[in-house]
Amino acid sequence: MYNANKVIPGIIIFILFFTAPIWLNFGRLEAIPQPELPKGEKKCVESKEYMRAYHMKLLDDWRKKAIRENQYIYINSKGEKYRISLQKTCLKCHNNREKFCDRCHNFVITHPDCWHCHFTKEEAKKWQ
Amino acid sequence: MALPKPDELLQNVNLNRTPSQHWMDIKTEFKPGTYCYAVEPQVMKDLGLPNLGSWQPHDEKWPLPENWKEIVRDAIKTRMERFRSFKLFMDICVRCGACADKCHFFLGTGDPKNMPVLRAELIRSIIKGEFSTFAKLFGRFAGARPLTEDVIKEWFFYFYQCTECRRCSVFCPYGIDTAEVTIIMREILHELGIAIDWAMKPVRFSHFIGNHIGIQPHTMKEIIEYLVADIEEITGVKIEVPFNKKGAEILFVPPSGDYFADPGIYNFMGYLILFHHLGLDYTISTYASESGNFGFFNKLELAKKLHAKIYEEAKRLKVKWILGGECGHMWRVWHQYHNTWYGPVNFLEVPKSPITGTVFEHAKDNKIIHICEFTADLIAHNKIKLDPSRNDHVIVTYHDSCNPARAMGFFEEPRFILKHVCNNFVEMPENTIREKTFCCGSGSGLNTDEYMEMRMRGGFPRANAVEYVHKKYGVNHLACICAIDRAVFPALMNYWVPGVDVCGVHELVGNAIVLDGEKERTTDLRYRPLKGKEEEV
Amino acid sequence: MNVGWSLLAVIVLLLIPWIGVGVLGLDSLFGIVIPYACFLVFIIGLIYKMIYWAKSPQPFKIPTTCGQQKSLSWIKHSRLESPFTTWEVVLRMFFEIVFFRSLFRNLRAELQGRRLIYGSAKWLWLGAILFHWSFFIILLRHLRLFTNPVPEIIQGLDFMDSFLQTLGVPPVYITDVLIIAGLTFLLLRRLVDPKVSYLSHGSDYFPLFLILSIAITGVLMRYAIKVDIYGVKHLTLGLVTLKPTIPDVKIGTIFYIHIFLVSVLAAYFPFSKLCHMVGVFFSPTRNMANNNRYVRHVNPWDYPVKYTTYCEWQERFRDLLEQAGLPIDDEWCKEQQQTQKTQ
Repeated sequence: MYNANKVIPGIIIFILFFTAPIWLNFGRLEAIPQPELPKGEKKCVESKEYMRAYHMKLLDDWRKKAIRENQYIYINSKGEKYRISLQKTCLKCHNNREKFCDRCHNFVITHPDCWHCHFTKEEAKKWQ
Repeated sequence: MALPKPDELLQNVNLNRTPSQHWMDIKTEFKPGTYCYAVEPQVMKDLGLPNLGSWQPHDEKWPLPENWKEIVRDAIKTRMERFRSFKLFMDICVRCGACADKCHFFLGTGDPKNMPVLRAELIRSIIKGEFSTFAKLFGRFAGARPLTEDVIKEWFFYFYQCTECRRCSVFCPYGIDTAEVTIIMREILHELGIAIDWAMKPVRFSHFIGNHIGIQPHTMKEIIEYLVADIEEITGVKIEVPFNKKGAEILFVPPSGDYFADPGIYNFMGYLILFHHLGLDYTISTYASESGNFGFFNKLELAKKLHAKIYEEAKRLKVKWILGGECGHMWRVWHQYHNTWYGPVNFLEVPKSPITGTVFEHAKDNKIIHICEFTADLIAHNKIKLDPSRNDHVIVTYHDSCNPARAMGFFEEPRFILKHVCNNFVEMPENTIREKTFCCGSGSGLNTDEYMEMRMRGGFPRANAVEYVHKKYGVNHLACICAIDRAVFPALMNYWVPGVDVCGVHELVGNAIVLDGEKERTTDLRYRPLKGKEEEV
Repeated sequence: MNVGWSLLAVIVLLLIPWIGVGVLGLDSLFGIVIPYACFLVFIIGLIYKMIYWAKSPQPFKIPTTCGQQKSLSWIKHSRLESPFTTWEVVLRMFFEIVFFRSLFRNLRAELQGRRLIYGSAKWLWLGAILFHWSFFIILLRHLRLFTNPVPEIIQGLDFMDSFLQTLGVPPVYITDVLIIAGLTFLLLRRLVDPKVSYLSHGSDYFPLFLILSIAITGVLMRYAIKVDIYGVKHLTLGLVTLKPTIPDVKIGTIFYIHIFLVSVLAAYFPFSKLCHMVGVFFSPTRNMANNNRYVRHVNPWDYPVKYTTYCEWQERFRDLLEQAGLPIDDEWCKEQQQTQKTQ
């Protein structure tokens, strides 16, 4: 091999760059957080699978309906009626933002807009 | 076939129309005027090289040796092992097409195989088709094809339709250099015994006699003495030219075109006048009487063979350093290859101008200097007495000869000189000069008469830029620093832009230098009257 | 033809995981085995390629000079276009690789009657830079799925890329738009420009279609056919921590299509023109200094050649030299003979 003094460092940089995900976690890997599900309620407005993938879309639709169209009734895929309200419907069961919402969102790095306006009961208590 | 008229030549050229057939299906046609004649077998025999006997490219069946395929495959493999450039360039082209309309041969023919990318694809497809199992499986989809006799013909046609000018390499995002590919492909063809006569005869002459045209030492001396007599007639000053002088400080090696052919001879007179004016301690050698190198247009080994003489001569004459004349590909070889071939050059000293004391640091390892570097330094130090008005009959533009431009970065030195020795210097359009300069269309050993149509096509982009300044500013001289340029531009100008003469930079220097004790000059070095002296002549 | 076959190839590749996961339920084959295998092919293949190139020496120093050489002290030399020192070479390579400097020079030549006209043609540069930079940022951004906790810098990158929050939930990634724009341009250019279309192989269209489908599946997954990203990160984090698992909850098939196409791209990379990613670093016309006469370059396979020596030449022309009054140097020839004997 010729120019090994340049090619070998080059190869090492190449390997380091493309294996970055492996060593970036080295020594600082944290356990995957488990969101805490509501204790009492077993049923959400839609199926568990749908909620895991599409909740942000549902919340966004709710926001538009409530604020822009003045509609407060949501009929789910099974025909059941729910009141459109983050505070009064969602947060009623999922009452702990830190243990439910944030655990996932911080894990996958998404930035929900919800908390720009809303806050949970615990937070409200802190302020009082 | 007669050469078509300038207006007819480009009639069928359309840069945006492509043939309906796939390029792999188009067979090469050998029409007169578009290919060079095959080498005479005796030339190859004399140099101990393989040959195909007597044949011509337009023959239907080429007399290839029985094991030609094996030879080609081995030749490719060897080159891959020896040249990283070749190996890499065969792998990394993405066919983005940035180079497509950069080649002067493409612009003058519209033939898609003259797009640098397709020119390289001519061999890339064979490497895929012969050596890669995967590509073989996918065939044309992956750009692979088998090696056939037609491919050899195609290689011959298109790799002798590239002048190794490197313009495409400037624009390629990976720096793929078609010159490198062409050099290697010509070597591979050489292994079969395929070469062109025009590029090989000069090699034989250079090897056995010392220069391209086979001028023997006594004739060389005679010719130069004629030039000296002309100088005396024009300037009234008698110049001594030292030949093979031992212990001289500088060995000057000019391209033989400069003391052999018009208009190179005027350039040579320019060199002589300059050296005399300086009282320079130099010598010309009749053994190393050629700085150009036709070996380079055939095979790197041949190139090395030819220039070895220069260093032996420098050693024998015990000079301190070497000065090279104005020449294009020559300076690519001198600048990029010499030091690798002949170094370390310990028997010489770091070049130092005896007149200005400038040490040419950038050449401290190889100890060779371009005459324009030398002269520019003199002018900058005000060491030459110049009368630029003696070039007032000249409106000059400067052609960046491709190889000094793109293999050396030689842009400012000649311009600096021109601006000091002439009062009328004009640049050609921006996209046709400096690193984007266009080839003369006849470089790399293609400056033969049987190739005239292709030369006029290849030279068209350059000529077109000259035409522009000729019409706009009345430019009547095209200055260049290349012996092949000086040999081929007169024909090209005559064809496309009548009324433009061709000259070397040092011819104009020679016109402008005011020698001690000279008489009042009435003509330039070509015996043409100077401005305002028309009646006296 | 080439276009059709390339498109067909990509469609077939799309169908493989669709059937494999959607119908046959081979989640761990497509989620674990194939990605691992293809990643290894990518890494080993490219290392192989680099060593393959490095095994051949660069015999001569052949930079393409696009600017003034360093010569006389009072002439300004072009540090980027005609680098003299290693540092200048590094700068030249940096601009070449990061900003595609050579491509930026691009011109377009048009023949109008008997006149050649040159115009600036930066579209190719723009398309290329959009595509490559977006691809690079997207690649880095994906680290959010491969690290836990996610490094701040990646979080910042992700935040910046998605700062346009007006176009719905979740916010649009700017690079998603740009990469598709860039790829579409490059594809259309290849189809529409007669010259480029003529010189394109099937293998030039294939990677464009492949990367375009990767981008499109990714975009679909984010905005339309959503998948459980929490589940996805379970899988991806499992891959990089070498504890691969398929999460209990079913992730949508589109995810497997996306990751399969990425795997194919990775495996295809070293053995195709895409290897220009590492190849560009090896380019001798760009990565060498234009200081040939200052620093000698050594060719490892250089060999001596036989040339006509002065003495051979003098013998041949002795009479003519004498007649012309040119000096004869027998001393030198004796010296040469002696040195030859002693050797």
